[in-house]
Amino acid sequence: MTPTTATPRSRLDPEPVARRDFLGIASLASFLAAMLFAGLGVLRLPKAAVLASPAKKFSVALPDSLAAGEAFVPPGRSVAVFRDQEGVYAVSLICTHLGCIVKPGQSGFECPCHGSQFAADGSVLRGPAPKALPWLAVSVRGGECVVDESAIIPAGTKVSG
Amino acid sequence: MSTTAPENSPLRRFLHNLLQSPWHVRDAALRSGLPTTDRTRSNFVFGNVFLHLHSVRTHRWSLRWSTTWGLGLAATAAFLIALVSGVLLMFYYKPYPEAAYDSIKDIHFVVPTGRFIRNIHRWSANVMVVAVLLHMARAFYTAAYRKPREFNWLIGMGLLVVTLGLSFTGYLLPWDQLAYWAITIGANIAQSPREVTDAVGITETFDPGGLQRELLLGSDIVGEEALIRFYVLHVMLLPLALVSLLAVHFWRIRKDGGMTRPSDADQRLAPKADVYPVFTEAPQKTYQLAAIVKGASPAVGRGPENTVPSMPHLFYAELGVLMLTVLVCLALSMISDAPLKELANPSVPENPAKAPWYFLGLQELVAYSAFMGGVGIPMIVVIGLGLIPFLDREEAETGAWFGGPGGLRLVARSAVFGLASVLGIEAFAIRFGWLREWFPEIPQLVITAVNPGTLLAAIYAAYSLWIVRRYGSARAGALALFTCFLCGFVVLTVIGTHFRGPNWTFYWSPADWPRH
Ligand code: HEM
Ligand code: FES
Repeated sequence: MTPTTATPRSRLDPEPVARRDFLGIASLASFLAAMLFAGLGVLRLPKAAVLASPAKKFSVALPDSLAAGEAFVPPGRSVAVFRDQEGVYAVSLICTHLGCIVKPGQSGFECPCHGSQFAADGSVLRGPAPKALPWLAVSVRGGECVVDESAIIPAGTKVSG
Repeated sequence: MSTTAPENSPLRRFLHNLLQSPWHVRDAALRSGLPTTDRTRSNFVFGNVFLHLHSVRTHRWSLRWSTTWGLGLAATAAFLIALVSGVLLMFYYKPYPEAAYDSIKDIHFVVPTGRFIRNIHRWSANVMVVAVLLHMARAFYTAAYRKPREFNWLIGMGLLVVTLGLSFTGYLLPWDQLAYWAITIGANIAQSPREVTDAVGITETFDPGGLQRELLLGSDIVGEEALIRFYVLHVMLLPLALVSLLAVHFWRIRKDGGMTRPSDADQRLAPKADVYPVFTEAPQKTYQLAAIVKGASPAVGRGPENTVPSMPHLFYAELGVLMLTVLVCLALSMISDAPLKELANPSVPENPAKAPWYFLGLQELVAYSAFMGGVGIPMIVVIGLGLIPFLDREEAETGAWFGGPGGLRLVARSAVFGLASVLGIEAFAIRFGWLREWFPEIPQLVITAVNPGTLLAAIYAAYSLWIVRRYGSARAGALALFTCFLCGFVVLTVIGTHFRGPNWTFYWSPADWPRH
């Protein structure tokens, strides 16, 4: 396209960008832009789309001999399951401080790593743990309890069955 | 020595060349013959891609032991040892959970010389951390971070972080109880910003802690994804980062004019008979280049007075430090084996679960508040160290040990103050407990804000500000703060290492730990 009104260019005006230079600059700029966006996109790579972890739901049969308020820890799980007059409930054994496994004792839980202590309902008594041990969802099916480690429920919720 | 080839028979010429070939290879490699004169010694340095990170002549001040104590070099040497032994370990190590533990056990008990290589890898890593920390302290106390070396101090901070990162990622690889629980705790420290976001109630929408932990582990548990991530970081990314930063570090040392030296260094050095007073055979090249390069180049307008050829003076000193470091690592590997506990067991924590020793000071603080001890205070320390060269813009006594207003006396007084405060606060907290023990209902945010760690940082900062006012000098404040920081670091590390037992309870000696 040729401009219809051709005003003569003053010597003081800046040089227009030559066509070859323009093509060079444009291709470099689009290359850099493409690399930038590709790079930004790939930044998401280290964030896994699916977290590979063992199933969070498991079922367990409580032994008949389990006394009221006595902890039952299913093998390989970091959960204590209890049964008393009001029903069945499960408390997570993963310390809310830095993730060690707490030990159930007579009147609560103790963490071996930095000495946090929790009451029988999971609330913090002493030590650095910032939060109570969470209670986990339990349902009773047949003679078995199904515990869902990923579902946190209000403390004190017990199911009978 | 090569002699001229005999002319007569082709066969004799052949034989002669064959016999001479070792010398010819040497001459071809050296480019300019043996370093026997000042000129060929210079050629020896700038004709070699590795050596020419050094300048061809070295100031005599840089060669005094008390200038550097060879600490940066010792760190470099330890890194090289770790590099070589690490590559050897890679031939047998398998980065997959159970296989990892078995392969380390094989290396330790079956592979010929495997235990030795494993020991020396562990020990050189430890020696490297010690050397880096001491090297940083010497750069600080000789005020070597001042103009034009501010940037190299920042590169040094990067090296410190990468060095600690290498140790941390290496710690997981054996996949034993020690490794598993140290990394579990470490990953949860990365997640500890939740301590604050939970307390404020915004974790649902804004969760930097959870993101950090997920990026580190690639999963929500410490499993095979975490192991492969740590492995890639440990054998590829972090060593590459370290080598790149080191290249810049060394190059800047040269461009910034070699080692920092006091302005009166030339007067303080006794005259030396065999030092040329003026240019004689010294190569013209470097100095001419320096003269046309724009900007402040340390060599412009200065003669080579009081410098000696780097070959052999500097290189022999460097070789000496290298040999000494190798000797120390060898001796340690003979005396003491790298630890290996039972296979990692996710349902039974190691008790006590301890990180590598240089993190135990932080672990001591983490036992009061995960966020402050593990994230807040380390960040304050790193930012504070990085700011030093930009806050202290003074010039007096650069290059002198403990140079600055107050000098060694101020350092000694700060050490007493620093030790007294950290010991006082720790003794109080160990004897009487902390806020939650007295007020069980106290909000978590109060504990996060007020705990032995933050209290100590505040006391140190207040003391240093007072020193800045009293001496009217930022350098005096920096001397006070850095000294306090060192004292705090050492005391907390010793308490975490020696005086903490099962359940992180205080014991006077590991011999008093209850046996199970
Ligand atoms: C992997 C870690 C490191 C290595 C291998 C290393 C190596 C070196 C070496 C070989 C030197 C020459 C002089 C000497 O030996 O002291 C040096 C100088 C220096 N380093 Fe480092 N360094 C490391 C980390 C650090 C750190 C953590 C800092 C401080 C934050 C630092 C700051 C400096 C400064 C300012 C100089 C110049 C000293 C002067 O001009 O007198 N470096 N480094
Ligand atoms: S992990 Fe339980 S107290 Fe630290």
